[in-house]
Amino acid sequence: MTAVPDSSFAMALGRPRSLNPTKMFGRIFVYGCLVVLAALFLAPLASMVMTSLKSMEEIRSGTLLSVPQAPTIEAWASVWNSACISVACGGLQGYFGNSFLIAVPATLISVGLGALNGYVFSTWRFRGDNVLFGLILFGCFIPLQIVLIPMAGLLGMLGLAGTIPGLVLVHVVYGVCFTTMFFRNYFVTVPAEIFKAARVDGAGFWAIFFRILLPISWPIVMVSIIWQFTGVWNDFLFGVSFAAGSSQPITVAVNNLVNTSTGTKAYNEDMAAAMIAALPTIVIYVAAGRYFLRGLMAGAVKG
Amino acid sequence: MANLGINHVTKSFGSLAVLKDIKISIEDGEFLVLVGPSGCGKSTLLSIIAGLEEHTSGTITIDGRPVDDLEPKERDIAMVFQSYALYPAMTVEQNIGFSLEMSKMPKAERVERVSKVADLLQISHLLKRRPGQLSGGQRQRVAMGRALVREPKIFLFDEPLSNLDAKLRVEMRTEIKRLHQRLGATIVYVTHDQIEAMTMATRIAVMKDGVLQQFGTPEDIYDRPANVFVATFMGSPPMNLLPATVVDGASGPRLSLKGADVTLPLPSSVTARLEPGSDVLLGLRPEWLSLAAEEVSANPMLTLHVDVIEPTGPDVFVALRAGEREIMARLPTGTPIRSGEKRAFALDLSKAVVFDAGTGIAH
Ligand SMILES: Nc1ncnc2c1ncn2[C@@H]1O[C@H](COP(=O)(O)OP(=O)(O)OP(=O)(O)O)[C@@H](O)[C@H]1O
Ligand SMILES: [Mg+2]
Repeated sequence: MTAVPDSSFAMALGRPRSLNPTKMFGRIFVYGCLVVLAALFLAPLASMVMTSLKSMEEIRSGTLLSVPQAPTIEAWASVWNSACISVACGGLQGYFGNSFLIAVPATLISVGLGALNGYVFSTWRFRGDNVLFGLILFGCFIPLQIVLIPMAGLLGMLGLAGTIPGLVLVHVVYGVCFTTMFFRNYFVTVPAEIFKAARVDGAGFWAIFFRILLPISWPIVMVSIIWQFTGVWNDFLFGVSFAAGSSQPITVAVNNLVNTSTGTKAYNEDMAAAMIAALPTIVIYVAAGRYFLRGLMAGAVKG
Repeated sequence: MANLGINHVTKSFGSLAVLKDIKISIEDGEFLVLVGPSGCGKSTLLSIIAGLEEHTSGTITIDGRPVDDLEPKERDIAMVFQSYALYPAMTVEQNIGFSLEMSKMPKAERVERVSKVADLLQISHLLKRRPGQLSGGQRQRVAMGRALVREPKIFLFDEPLSNLDAKLRVEMRTEIKRLHQRLGATIVYVTHDQIEAMTMATRIAVMKDGVLQQFGTPEDIYDRPANVFVATFMGSPPMNLLPATVVDGASGPRLSLKGADVTLPLPSSVTARLEPGSDVLLGLRPEWLSLAAEEVSANPMLTLHVDVIEPTGPDVFVALRAGEREIMARLPTGTPIRSGEKRAFALDLSKAVVFDAGTGIAH
């Protein structure tokens, strides 16, 4: 290339891309389908948001998808602060807090343990390692319902029945199977020579884990956190089985709220409650979803 | 700095035998080069010396002491891996300094050692980068740096220069040799490059399919190859192998070249008694052929058809034909020769080797 830009080259770069009619039609069709499908999926959410912002009179008079004429957050405020759930009338806020007290420790502990397990299974050989990993994998496929009764017995024995720490334990035990699998499958893609180099350099078990492996693991850490947090947050079965009264998670509370309201059904409050229960998981997805797609192994090996 | 003994080491992965009864020992300060075709077990042998891989039987000794039960870090070795194996999340500086950090060296001393090595390898300007931001050659130098920053008993290098451009490779080759001379370090070095093997080694071990073919000095390997495999693997172009039959002559046995009406005296290197009528291969390095002068020389002569001429700079490789057999010769540039000619070539048989045609083992 000379310093003077070649004119045909410049034109090729600058020329607007024109599509022939068949291609154009194809595009329109594809985008049309996408828009319709997106609308279909978003309609329930839109309906929930609209309904939660309406007063009861407006709900009775309007349609499901109509825009609120006089938007109000009264329903949101009332379910948060003062709605009656079973016998107590303190709103959802306490249960919302419970869910955090359950989901955050359960997520951190199960992801931490899973990372450690995955590291051991991927890197270090010991007697019976494959059998043990097989058993852990098997844990992923045990339906929740099967463990309910033995788990209740265990919690009773430990004196944790009906408490938040008890629920955390249940979620950790159940979640560790998944996180172990995630981390192990991620770590086996790390070239073996990196571990060899670290061992020659004098790094031990923990140094290899913390200094070499963890810093390149954040994509899988994010995946595990999102998986675990949403799973634990959205759990209903364990919550309703193992938590009592004021230690129940928000999913159970929303259910009680919707089912125990006396007199007319307050649709706006039901919708607001459901929205509140769903918000943290939505936020997590929006904030951390992009880490799903990232890899960090670039430059570790030849090529 | 230490001597190294590899005594009857075997290694199998399940039923696959990868190393078979390897026996090599080198003195303190020697430079051992392992060569052999891809997959012959060179990297596996290095891993066993390093303690990263367990051998199936045999012993490894360092400084005369068996180290079979020692962890890699207890063996006091440094290793450069074939795939570099840099730590992706660390900067170049941290990569090079990691082993020092693990041995709890104070920060100030560490920084100084790292910067010295970085200067040596011309990567000082890259210290703050991560491996992902480096070219292949730069990564290779970082991997070298990670080993050089330590002062281990033994250095293990697994093809450390394979990814460098020709100029850098020659520079690094000299640099490693200089380092070897300066530190007097014991080095085990794997390479595919024969020039590297010949120029750097004090000992060469040639392997094939997990079997040690020959272990000796570069001169041993080049001039006195133990078998046909070593003869053709080392040297480029490879040694010519001319089928011949042993015949009786007036002053002892002679070699009658097949397909040519010539008999040659038995090279002086042959000590074994050869039975007349047995089939052999006469090994001739391309540089042992030269264009015969007009007058009859002391060396035996062969008249050959000049087929192809390949100039390489300092030398010309000439493909010659005797019947349908091809013979390569290496002549000085400027030799007056044209393809299509028939010329007489003198054979220097003083170093020629004779192999058994059946077993391929040198007589
Ligand atoms: N972990 C393993 N399990 C099974 N077979 C293995 C394993 N590691 C190496 N091998 C086999 O052992 C043989 C020797 O491998 P090695 O890596 O030592 O070869 P190499 O001489 O270093 O080859 P190259 O020059 O290509 O690097 C090969 O056939 C390889 O397939
Ligand atoms: Mg190799």
